[in-house]
Amino acid sequence: MTGLRYVYAVCRPFGTPLQAQLTGVGGDPPRLLPHHDLVAVVSHVPEADFAEEPLRAHLEDLDWLTTVARAHQGVIDALTTVATPLPLRLGTVFRDDSGVRSMIEAREENFLRTLDRLEGRVEWGVKVYVEPEPTPKEPATPAPKPASGRDYLRQRRMRTKAQEDLWQRAESFATRLHETLSECAEDSRLHAPQNPTLSGASGRNVLNAAYLVPRAESEEFVERVDRTKDGTPGLRVELTGPWAAYSFAGEETAGEEGA
Amino acid sequence: MTTPSRLPEPYGQGGGANLADILERVLDKGVVIAGDIRINLLDIELLTIKLRLVVASVDKAKEMGIDWWESDPALSSRARRDELARENAELRERLARLEELEPRRAQEEAP
Repeated sequence: MTGLRYVYAVCRPFGTPLQAQLTGVGGDPPRLLPHHDLVAVVSHVPEADFAEEPLRAHLEDLDWLTTVARAHQGVIDALTTVATPLPLRLGTVFRDDSGVRSMIEAREENFLRTLDRLEGRVEWGVKVYVEPEPTPKEPATPAPKPASGRDYLRQRRMRTKAQEDLWQRAESFATRLHETLSECAEDSRLHAPQNPTLSGASGRNVLNAAYLVPRAESEEFVERVDRTKDGTPGLRVELTGPWAAYSFAGEETAGEEGA
Repeated sequence: MTTPSRLPEPYGQGGGANLADILERVLDKGVVIAGDIRINLLDIELLTIKLRLVVASVDKAKEMGIDWWESDPALSSRARRDELARENAELRERLARLEELEPRRAQEEAP
C-alpha cells in the first residue's frame, strides 16, 4: 500500500485493542507500528494531501485544518482511554514505515523517559472567563446629559472604573485559583488566553491553564474545580478533559528541533 | 501497563471541546518531531494570524491587555481602553485650555 505515514503518538505497547470503528486523519483507521519497546500509532494518508506542498496549502484552510485536528484529537483521545500516549504535533508525516521506525530508534531513550514521567497521568484544562458586560442595560437607563465637560468626564470615568474593578477581581480570582489547583496537580502550564472567534465562548478569557494530574486523583481534582464555580459573580470557570498530556509532553524533546 | 482506572466523565470533550481547545493542543503542544515532510507550522500564515499562541501568565496577559488579537478594536479591550484614555486626555487638555482662556479673554475684553 502506498501513501505517507501520519503519526499521532508514541506509546508503550498496550493490551487493549482500539475501538474497531475508530477512524483517523483522512478516514484511515489508526494502525499500530511496533518497534522495540514502543508503538507508533499511524494512519496511511495520500500524498496528494500530505506531501509538503499540498499540506502547506491545506493548513491555510481553516475547515480542512479543523477536520484534521478533530481526527487527530479523536485518535489521541481513544488512545488515552487504553494507554498513556505521547501525543505528537499535528502534521508529523513520514514517507513509509521504515521512516517512522528510524525516528523511534533515534529518539527511543527520550520517548521512554517522557513516557515514564507521564505514565498514568492526564491533563485537565481550566479556563476563567469574565462574563460579557451587560451593555444592553445602558440605553435602558439613559445617563443624564452631561451638563459640562467635567461632568462628561466624570461619567466616563465611572463607567471605566466599574470595568476596571471587575478586571482586578478577575485577576486575583484567577491567580488564587491557579495557585490552589497547582497545589493539587503534579505540574501546570499557563497558556495564552483563547481567541473568542475560534473558541466561540462568550466573555473574555483571562486564565487558560493546564494541569497534570494522576488518573487516580482526577476525581478529586474535578471536585476541587467544581467547588470554585460558586460565588464568583461576573466570572465563569470552565473545565475540559481528561486530555492526553499534550501540554507536558514537549519540553524534553523541543530543544532538539532543528538539529 | 496502564490500567485506565476510574476517570470522571469527560468534560467538554468530543463534540463539546471548543475548537480553540483542540487546536491549541494539536498545533501548539505535543512533541515536535521533524518528519520526512518538512512543515514549519510557524510559517503557516493562517496559524500565525489566527492562532498565535504566546506564552502568557495572568500578569503578562493583563499587561498585554489580555488580547493578543489586540489590533482589532472590536475584540480588544486594550485597544478600547487605549482609545478611551487617549480621548480622555485630549478632552482634559482641551478643557484646561478653554478654562485658561476664559478668564484671560474676560480680562482682555475688560477695558
